[in-house]
Amino acid sequence: MKARVTVTLKNGVLDPQGKAIGNALHSLGFPGVGAVRQGKVFDVEIAETDRTAAEAALSAMAEKLLANTVIENYSVEIIG
Amino acid sequence: MKAAVVVFPGSNRERDMIAALEQISGRRPDVVWHADTELPKVDLIVVPGGFSYGDYLRSGAIAARAPIMRTIAERAAAGVAVLGVCNGFQILCEAGLLPGVLMRNAGLRFVCKEVHLRVETTASPFTADYEAGDVIRCPVAHGDGNYRCDDETFRRLTGDERIAFRYVDATGARTPAANPNGSLDDIAGILSEARNVLGMMPHPENLIEPLHGGTDCRPLFESLVERLGVAA
Repeated sequence: MKARVTVTLKNGVLDPQGKAIGNALHSLGFPGVGAVRQGKVFDVEIAETDRTAAEAALSAMAEKLLANTVIENYSVEIIG
Repeated sequence: MKAAVVVFPGSNRERDMIAALEQISGRRPDVVWHADTELPKVDLIVVPGGFSYGDYLRSGAIAARAPIMRTIAERAAAGVAVLGVCNGFQILCEAGLLPGVLMRNAGLRFVCKEVHLRVETTASPFTADYEAGDVIRCPVAHGDGNYRCDDETFRRLTGDERIAFRYVDATGARTPAANPNGSLDDIAGILSEARNVLGMMPHPENLIEPLHGGTDCRPLFESLVERLGVAA
């Protein structure tokens, strides 16, 4: 089974990298760009056939390592 | 005082830390490799600076899950002094020995320069030889030194006087220009609840002898030797 864990910064957490990317987009001629937030995507293969069990395992992985829950949120999605 | 310095793949500031500890305590510290789970009986555990695991995922994130960290957490819980400098601070935060997180510098640049720190509390084995309010010089060299924590944690840090050092200017005043990384409330270093764990972004091991250009950070190590020296 394949799953995707998406990690994003919590609201209110300053994201200087996202800001710099937003500024770069502006200078490239995309004036409509508002706030940009940078995150991370992990595609994980897992030897699990049960969807619920896989989701639970990935949530545990996100809690323990993939995300720092002080500043980041995460979501888990089964993609195949 | 017996000390151990923990080395991860990508640590690179252990040499200066070892030299500082040896010079000031008179004993060469043990050097412990990250994959070890055995830690010699020591009075002080130091997690030095560097780029453990290439800062993959997040600074300090992978090192914080190394086998040795469990042993360090147990020792810290038993009251052993633990010092994390720079990447070591990031690792201690990621491992949960200290609250909060070190994020990318607000200016996005790696900063490598000398800063001024104000000693905010003397109630710790690390800072007891200073006077509260002392302004000292100390070098910094980091890209992720922007300390953040939630409001509740911040209230506890300030309420319990667990902020050990703040970035200030040469006169001891807190100004935006004196803060090299955008750190919350100009925080440069914090203590654990039991005050036996200190994490700090600046490098005290690099300002301990006249050849460094000053000895402002020597009292930090002398303070440890005085307080922990007899226990061995």
